[in-house]
Amino acid sequence: MSATPAVKTFVIDGVDASARPEQTILAAAREHNIFIPTLCHLDGLSDVGACRLCLVEVKGARRLLPACTTRVEEGMEVTCNSPRIAAYRQMTLQLLFAERNHVCSVCVANRHCELQALATSLGMTHVEIPYRFPSLTVDASHERFTLDHNRCILCTRCIRVCSEIEGAHTWDLMGRGIQSRVITDLDQPWGESDTCTSCGKCVQVCPTGALFQKNRTGGQGCKDPSFLPYLRTMREEP
Amino acid sequence: MTTLTEELDQITAKVQQEQQAAGDRINVCVAAGCLSLHSDAVQRALEEEAKKTGARCAVRGVGCMGLCSAGPVVSHESAASNSDEQAARLYGGVQSEHAPQLIASLQGEPVTKLAISRQLPFFTRQTKVVLENSGRINPESIDEYIATGGYRALMHALNEMTPAEVVQEISASGLRGRGGAGYPTGLKWATVARVAGAPKYVICNADEGDPGAFMDRSVLEGDPHRVLEGMILAAYAVGASQGYIYLRAEYPLAVKRLGIAIREAKRMGLLGNDIGGTRMSLNLEIRLGAGAFVCGEETALIASIEGHRGTPHPRPPYPAESGLWGSPTLINNVETYANVPPILQRGSAWYAALGTAKSKGTKVFALSGKVRHTGLIEVPMGMTLREIIFDIGGGVAEGHTFKAVQTGGPSGGCIPESLLDIPVDYDSLTQAGSIMGSGGMIVMDDSSCMVNVARFFMEFCMSESCGKCIPCRAGTAQMYGLLTRITEGTATHRELDLLIRLCEMVGATSLCGLGQTAPNPVLSTLRYFKHEYLAHIEDKHCPAGVCDCAASIAEVAR
Repeated sequence: MSATPAVKTFVIDGVDASARPEQTILAAAREHNIFIPTLCHLDGLSDVGACRLCLVEVKGARRLLPACTTRVEEGMEVTCNSPRIAAYRQMTLQLLFAERNHVCSVCVANRHCELQALATSLGMTHVEIPYRFPSLTVDASHERFTLDHNRCILCTRCIRVCSEIEGAHTWDLMGRGIQSRVITDLDQPWGESDTCTSCGKCVQVCPTGALFQKNRTGGQGCKDPSFLPYLRTMREEP
Repeated sequence: MTTLTEELDQITAKVQQEQQAAGDRINVCVAAGCLSLHSDAVQRALEEEAKKTGARCAVRGVGCMGLCSAGPVVSHESAASNSDEQAARLYGGVQSEHAPQLIASLQGEPVTKLAISRQLPFFTRQTKVVLENSGRINPESIDEYIATGGYRALMHALNEMTPAEVVQEISASGLRGRGGAGYPTGLKWATVARVAGAPKYVICNADEGDPGAFMDRSVLEGDPHRVLEGMILAAYAVGASQGYIYLRAEYPLAVKRLGIAIREAKRMGLLGNDIGGTRMSLNLEIRLGAGAFVCGEETALIASIEGHRGTPHPRPPYPAESGLWGSPTLINNVETYANVPPILQRGSAWYAALGTAKSKGTKVFALSGKVRHTGLIEVPMGMTLREIIFDIGGGVAEGHTFKAVQTGGPSGGCIPESLLDIPVDYDSLTQAGSIMGSGGMIVMDDSSCMVNVARFFMEFCMSESCGKCIPCRAGTAQMYGLLTRITEGTATHRELDLLIRLCEMVGATSLCGLGQTAPNPVLSTLRYFKHEYLAHIEDKHCPAGVCDCAASIAEVAR
């Protein structure tokens, strides 16, 4: 017998809303059909609060808070879309586009890319931040998949799905700051990885063209991460 | 059976007797600064000379005495003067070949060519609380710490006070976190004490990483038991049974001395199970940091202790609620813990009388850069920057003029001449666009280019960013690139405008303190030295003559 959980009531973008205990601002906002952009968040994976696109204003809070990791509290007043937040989101996207080599027209994920879709929906018309044009490699050593560092935005979804869902922990990060990059095992070629089960979950959750199936060319790299919440539900203790 | 308190008294009497019997005390600084000038060889030479001549003296290696620019530093306390620090003779620049002269001078006149006057404002203007033992006791001997009254505050608290009373005493003292942000220590302790859950942890943040900062290193190298006593008291106050000291591996001497201190405290029954015969238990371990600046951020530090990649995570939850392995965790800086024993020994009222209304006590600073006397100082809060730099520090070198002082490391800012009369406390420094920070203080004169200084700190933040969040990872790299273009003379107003907007965005959106404060050096130099930025952009000229704008001039000529 557990006590009936108290429902939290709060205001989001001027609309009265409710949330279950422990529910995040992001989850509650989606239930109320309020759009908050995300990149590192993915239903079915743990949240890391890293991409900073879901930052929202909470009345009384000193700083902007990530909607994906902040729990709703009774009486909270949340603003998801203000000119200030919109400007920050645009700049965050620009920083990503300028960080590595994102050339949509020749990308396997063209029209199936979450970064591209966000740039469109948030109205990013141009990039005023200088492009860095780093020299990055492509790892095509795996039999079925390819890793293209040029398109990676370091959202760490591949790392989380591999460790939390598949349980293989093939993926990880090395280096720090602007030098960070994803690696397989101890920075071996993906095709020589002892731990990779070739399940392909990492490819499906990758929001861009960084991870893709072989034999796909420009614009053919569809992704479908919708299996994740089902897997989670199936595995939950009754 | 003797109680531990009685044992401490016996040790005190024994040490005093031994010191009386040994005669004069010759203290050789063997902290990292002087050690790098081979003070260990000086110590050996003095020991040999004393043995050879049969002089009645004891040569000891001690922690930092403060005036690092005069190293290797040696002090001579005569047996007669007992424990009056001011009466001790001080020598600087001592080499092994000076040993015979020094030993010969014990009963006579001081060696004038090496002598440093105790009347220098560098010494007379300081108030030592945290550093009171540093440079005066052998940091590798628990007995000498006990002889200065050490571990009495702990025994008193364990036997006479409830944990709540200890928290109350710290709250009443007004102590604020010395790691930089200045969060009220009593409030933090009270929060951890109140949160239900076991086990609880205490952590000491000794991952000092600001460029030009060496306060925590000096405290750990000079008086490690003070930090341990503060941690044990904190553990008693919040109900913790396990503690970690997160110490950077780049401080091997501090690692060694802290290791000895923990072993000796365990041997004495001051750490481990049933401390001093009470039911209080605390196990302390050292965890070595592998040289990542971001691991000084509390959530990243906790991740690193847990064995994960040292990256921060969003707060809340704060460590007080859910910290190490999800348990309530108290995390304080070295200097904060070092302040605890004197507060409990002398009372919160005594401590609260030091400093200003909102910033109590003293603060240790590492004074460095273009100033005559560089080294480690401790001053009461509220002293002005001018007093610190010009009285204690002796001002800038002749032929140069003061330009700015940088406080707070890469999270802080540069304060110009016009604001030198502001008092040094948490709130005044924040108002001036800088922060108190952990205590690094870098003085700059007219030979420093402020754009280049901002670029230096941005390069530091860029290479120390963990890369987890986008604004800090990509933003610091972009800001560094823009600052480089300004120093090269290839930037226009468009780049400056973008730099300012990036500063605002990175500060507002970054995940942890590293990114949130990374723009501060740029913003503060823009606030007070915008003309230098404009000179680089409009005139392709570096006023300080530091930056090479020739690249752009060549381009224009072409």
